Amino acid sequence: MSTAVDAGQHAEAGHGHDAHPAYLQHHFDNPQQQEGAAKLGMWLFLGTELLMFSGLFLAYFYMRSQYPEMVHEYHEYLNKWMGALNTLFLITSSLTMALAVRSAQVGKAKLSGRLLLVTIAFGLAFMVVKYLEYSAKFEHGLLPGDAFAEHVAGGVQAGWYGGPQLFFGIYFIMTGLHGVHVLIGIGLLVWIYVKTQRGAFSGNYYTPVENVGLYWHLVDLIWIFLFPLLYLVK
Amino acid sequence: MTGLNHPLLAAASDTADRFGSLFTFINVISVAAFTMVIAVTVYFSVKYRRRSEGQRTSPVKHNFKLEFLWSAVPTVLMIVMFAWGFNDFAALSQTPADALPLRVIAKQWNWTVGYPGLDRECTAEMSADGGAETEFVVPVNRPFTVKLSSEDVLHSFWIPDFKVKKDALPNRYTGYTVTPTEIGDHRFYCAEYCGANHSRMAGTIHVVSQEDWKLWLDGKLEGVPNCKVDPTAPDYAPKLFVKYGCAGCHSVTEDRAIVIGPPLYGLVAKGSETMEDGSSVTVDDNYLRESIEYAEKQRVAGFAGKNMPAFRGRISEVELDALVNYIKGLGAVDQAPTNEDGTKSE
Amino acid sequence: MATTTVEGAAPAHEHAEELDFYKASRGIKSWLLTLDHKRIGLMYLAGVLLAFFAAGVIAIIFRAELMTPQIDLLAPAVGEGSATIGRELYNKLFTLHGAMMVFVFIIPAIPAALGNFLLPLMLGAKDVAFPRLNLLSFYVWLTGTLILILAILAGQLDTGWTFYTPYSTSTHGAAPVVLAVTGAFVLGFSSILTGLNFVVTVHKMRAPGLTWNRMPLMIWALYSTAVIQVLATPVLAITLLLLLFENAFNVGIFNPAMGGDPVLFQHFFWFYSHPAVYIMILPGFGIISEIIAIHSRKHIFGYKAIALSSVSIAVISFLVWGHHMFVSGQSEFASALFSFLTFAVAVPTAIKVFSWVATLYKGSISFNTPMLYGLIFIFTFSIGGLTGLHLGTLSTDVHFHDSYFVVAHFHYVMMGGTVIAFIGGLHHWFPKMFGKMYNENHGRIGALLVFLGFNLTFFSQFVLGAQGMPRRYAEYDPEFQGWHVASSIGSFILAAGLLWTLIYLLMALKNGKKATANPWGGASLEWATSSPPIAHNFHDTPHVDSDPYNFPEIDHTMKTGHH
Repeated sequence: MSTAVDAGQHAEAGHGHDAHPAYLQHHFDNPQQQEGAAKLGMWLFLGTELLMFSGLFLAYFYMRSQYPEMVHEYHEYLNKWMGALNTLFLITSSLTMALAVRSAQVGKAKLSGRLLLVTIAFGLAFMVVKYLEYSAKFEHGLLPGDAFAEHVAGGVQAGWYGGPQLFFGIYFIMTGLHGVHVLIGIGLLVWIYVKTQRGAFSGNYYTPVENVGLYWHLVDLIWIFLFPLLYLVK
Repeated sequence: MTGLNHPLLAAASDTADRFGSLFTFINVISVAAFTMVIAVTVYFSVKYRRRSEGQRTSPVKHNFKLEFLWSAVPTVLMIVMFAWGFNDFAALSQTPADALPLRVIAKQWNWTVGYPGLDRECTAEMSADGGAETEFVVPVNRPFTVKLSSEDVLHSFWIPDFKVKKDALPNRYTGYTVTPTEIGDHRFYCAEYCGANHSRMAGTIHVVSQEDWKLWLDGKLEGVPNCKVDPTAPDYAPKLFVKYGCAGCHSVTEDRAIVIGPPLYGLVAKGSETMEDGSSVTVDDNYLRESIEYAEKQRVAGFAGKNMPAFRGRISEVELDALVNYIKGLGAVDQAPTNEDGTKSE
Repeated sequence: MATTTVEGAAPAHEHAEELDFYKASRGIKSWLLTLDHKRIGLMYLAGVLLAFFAAGVIAIIFRAELMTPQIDLLAPAVGEGSATIGRELYNKLFTLHGAMMVFVFIIPAIPAALGNFLLPLMLGAKDVAFPRLNLLSFYVWLTGTLILILAILAGQLDTGWTFYTPYSTSTHGAAPVVLAVTGAFVLGFSSILTGLNFVVTVHKMRAPGLTWNRMPLMIWALYSTAVIQVLATPVLAITLLLLLFENAFNVGIFNPAMGGDPVLFQHFFWFYSHPAVYIMILPGFGIISEIIAIHSRKHIFGYKAIALSSVSIAVISFLVWGHHMFVSGQSEFASALFSFLTFAVAVPTAIKVFSWVATLYKGSISFNTPMLYGLIFIFTFSIGGLTGLHLGTLSTDVHFHDSYFVVAHFHYVMMGGTVIAFIGGLHHWFPKMFGKMYNENHGRIGALLVFLGFNLTFFSQFVLGAQGMPRRYAEYDPEFQGWHVASSIGSFILAAGLLWTLIYLLMALKNGKKATANPWGGASLEWATSSPPIAHNFHDTPHVDSDPYNFPEIDHTMKTGHH
């Protein structure tokens, strides 16, 4: 939309502000307005994400308050060390992301690009660990609902009422939805990386980097809640 | 069932009486407010209709006094409505000692009304067109308490003439207490959508005089179903087992599908149970009876923290006998006749 | 426009070379891929009107069925279980009616259709903040609608639009419910996108001089609506996601047999769906404020009270969901709290109605079609609002809950409120949107038919509900028949009125007189550009130096007394 023709027309018709730079979309009056809109939009979006997850947290707390013993017993089947490793990955990636945004801000596109790559690497590492965890759960039949078939702990038959299928249901929906967010985040990081390599951003215009950064921090933040709630019940 | 009508304010119960007063109060306020709003609107619309283009209008934009007034007055009135409504609402769950207990079970698509301890149970089988009309009897001027639950999805037990309603849930009991004050027939309906034949899940309550109530209990009242339960019927005990919620915790089949409470299959054949304190108890009629009446006295090892309610006083002698015999028969040798529906009655 | 409030409202002839947005680009692609908020708004309008029509036809079918106590029209004439088949069909029909009306029609009707068209115009902006997101939201809406239609075609969707568990997770196999819930989930996303876009647009895209206190009340209403959409819809999304998961894997969160709680679903559901009621009605309030002020040539009475009441309704609406659950078995304490908060939301609503009536005082009231709908709104919405008192009060709600009284109440609010406002708004902005005028007398006849039909249809249902008629009943006891027949006849009149309206509006599109830029003498920015507007809305960015209700007829020398 930000074609030269548009920009030209508006420079003529406008109220004396400077010619529109290429990144300015035609319906905005100036870069400040565009940046402000993008940031506010992003924050609102993050708000909706938090609210969506808060619904899941509510379901989690409901289950935990109803069946504390079951949750306590079955959370032991989650691998604390893998969870901790993933927490480490995400926290570190948040740091590299923040540094990438900072580099973009001061116009160091090359450094910013490298930091983005490191962030992507940590994101992928998270997904690899997640894959290992999930495949272990699949192997042992620690699955939600009807799929639950426990082979561990000496084949003890679990009662369905308030049984572990609830815990693993919540576990998979929470970590699964979070995993989808990580994947989307990696996709966005790749997109931003490509744009950075093409020189799309400068010290004047780096809003997309900043917004993707905010999104990545949110993904990290949600994990920081998920980890203790699911892996470290007691 | 003929001659039923639905006057707007049918006051056929104590709750309906209270409802009537509050309903009238809200109506008077609503109608007054509505009339005022519409009268002023019509008056202004006529008086200030546009007579000419460019007709001059008032510059008034606000008026603090007026705005304060029309915020404060509704606020006060609404606080009154709230408090009044809450007061009446709370009365629904107060149960007097002499209340007649009713056990109402909803399922797709009929109602079963049981009379705990009276060996009566009113229900209706679904007719060919999907309808089921349950009829049951209660005495006038004596409160009855509905203990409500569902066997499948949500339902709602609504008696419009009594102005009472509560949802029937599949996972816990709900209920209310109400006193019928008018002899006659009153309709009740399922008010929570429950599937195909929802609209036919209805019935009639026969509110009878105290004398007729006694006649009914003796099985002598004409014109209404007497709902006598036959304790010798083969499905009597299995139904009780479900009705009193035993089936939710105790497995009665060999595979021991449910182990919230001790599995009952083969219990008598086993002969004894190990208690929490390590002692061993012989499983006989008295053990079973006591376990049902005072479950807390009989704690089987391995079931700590699983509390079973005491059924003493909530279950009749006939029912108790039937349940004890039923449990004794579970997994006993040479005792597996097959019911009509093909399931083993063990 | 003697005391013109807007600069940059250049007379059309100066810019005669610039084409209106219809002519600015041509071809089907220029519509399907447009980023112009006006075209997106019109595509939405076409979509929601189709949905309204379809859901309305369904309503007429089951109102015809309800003329008699027995199931007859919908049941096969003979055969084993024919009555049950008929009832199942009836249940599917009311489910479709509810789901289509709520998710596909009424939620997007005012914000996404009229709002999309008007918001940037009223703000003096060239477009919404995120035009691409706007187009995306339309296609997301279309996708959600198609999925919902697929669910209908898959058959056996008979849960009611509320999808209450465990019925929705236990009956008929999961496929249609999964599809329908997915559809509602996708539609929710469309709603979030629109809301997010509007919030940012209002914050960032206002023309110079258009301070918050100078925003037309329509903007305030759309803004409050957008805030609710952004805050509440994610919870619906997660609720539906949980329901999907439940259906797919039988996890048991809502399933009592597995230790879940079906009532938990109701909490989740109404946490969204109650604020959603205000997503539906708040924009209607906005339209009525505009219509009443402009067509009585008066400054709106109590501007700040109306604006702030919108915001406070938006906030309190999040705290009242439990009033749908007084008889559900939730704790009495919770019920009491929800009842109290419900009354708290009633006060700002009452303030609005009083303010509209006061606006008429010493005005110059025109009885054109939009104004007639404005007055009808005051009538029907007042009934809807006041009967809310019966339902907010705990003990009376015990009787009315899930009866025809509730059905009548929410139709008075949703149809008598939102839809009446929507039709009024459509007439009010019709000249702006299409550059054509409709025939006023046709409009007045339509308004009269709609008014009479609507009240006959739904007032009868108040009586039925109070008498003990449960909702969602395919059949009923014979003594209810009289009022049912009245209600059905009313619905036929209502349908005739709406069809009539559709026909004369379509005729006006073809043969209507050309509309001027500002046929009603409005003072807000959308009237400052040509009808229909040019592609970029304004030739120059408008500057605002006054409020939107400063009409030239207002006589500032007149005494402002009490009345």
